[in-house]
Amino acid sequence: MKSCVIVFPGSNCDRDVAVALEASSGNAPQMVWHGNTELPRCDLIVLPGGFSHGDYLRSGAMAARAPIMRAVVARANAGTPVLGLCNGFQIMTEAGLLPGALMRNAGLKFICRDVFLKVENNGTLFTRRYQNGQIIRIPISHHDGNYFADPTTLDRLESNNRVAFRYCTSDGVVNAAANPNGSLNNIAGILNEAGNVLGMMPHPERLIAPELGGSDGRAMFDALAEQLQCA
Amino acid sequence: MKARIHITLKKGVLDPQGKAIANALSHLGFDGVEEVRQGKYIEIDLAGSDSTQARAKLDAMCAQLLANTVIENYAVELEA
Repeated sequence: MKSCVIVFPGSNCDRDVAVALEASSGNAPQMVWHGNTELPRCDLIVLPGGFSHGDYLRSGAMAARAPIMRAVVARANAGTPVLGLCNGFQIMTEAGLLPGALMRNAGLKFICRDVFLKVENNGTLFTRRYQNGQIIRIPISHHDGNYFADPTTLDRLESNNRVAFRYCTSDGVVNAAANPNGSLNNIAGILNEAGNVLGMMPHPERLIAPELGGSDGRAMFDALAEQLQCA
Repeated sequence: MKARIHITLKKGVLDPQGKAIANALSHLGFDGVEEVRQGKYIEIDLAGSDSTQARAKLDAMCAQLLANTVIENYAVELEA
């Protein structure tokens, strides 16, 4: 699997995700600076976590208009898998790759801790190694992760099975108590209509090995590497 | 030309910051605060003197970057 990680000024999970991609696929991803206009040929594009441009104006707003993003959007529309993690998810909504917006956490605080997620759709390139209904533990680390969409959009996401992950309790109950940031319907990650774009606030790249405190994130990178090998 | 741009959250979009401000105001003893909505204010100095052109340009700036029209409205005031 050949992958590209887009690096913005203020990205800070770009190296973590590079390690995760290499651990699963055996190939180090190519790091691509946001100011470039051309993307190398690749099987997967990752928009990493961080605080691109210091979250000025709105989280992800500046990065979404970076020169490289034209190429990213074009590839995404042509079917290349694109994964957005945390700030990457925010950039995706700002760039129009995914619907809705990520607003300030309902509790107003920056939250950095592990949460439990329920896998809602394992029929994707990203989630194939999870079971539907599986509960996984993945960290979140954000100030603006409160997913909002208008009722029509939300309804479309739900009825088309485009919610990939939801915040839940350790035993899989999706309720307000398990919702860290006020996201509508406890949404932690969503897919685009074609299913080749996934944006999520949690950080699977941070838990890919027991020595890091857990390995529930590993299955996402293993699934991608398995399906995109020699593509 | 100077433009003043107000960006506000759309109706129906929750504003936890506005709520926190309303709470803090009531803690300070200000009663009667029914709702607070927080927004952004941006000033732009623009070259040129054609206000129709300026307005079109500012509108495009708001739609493409300054506001996220999924959640925000914007209003542009132009001062000659």
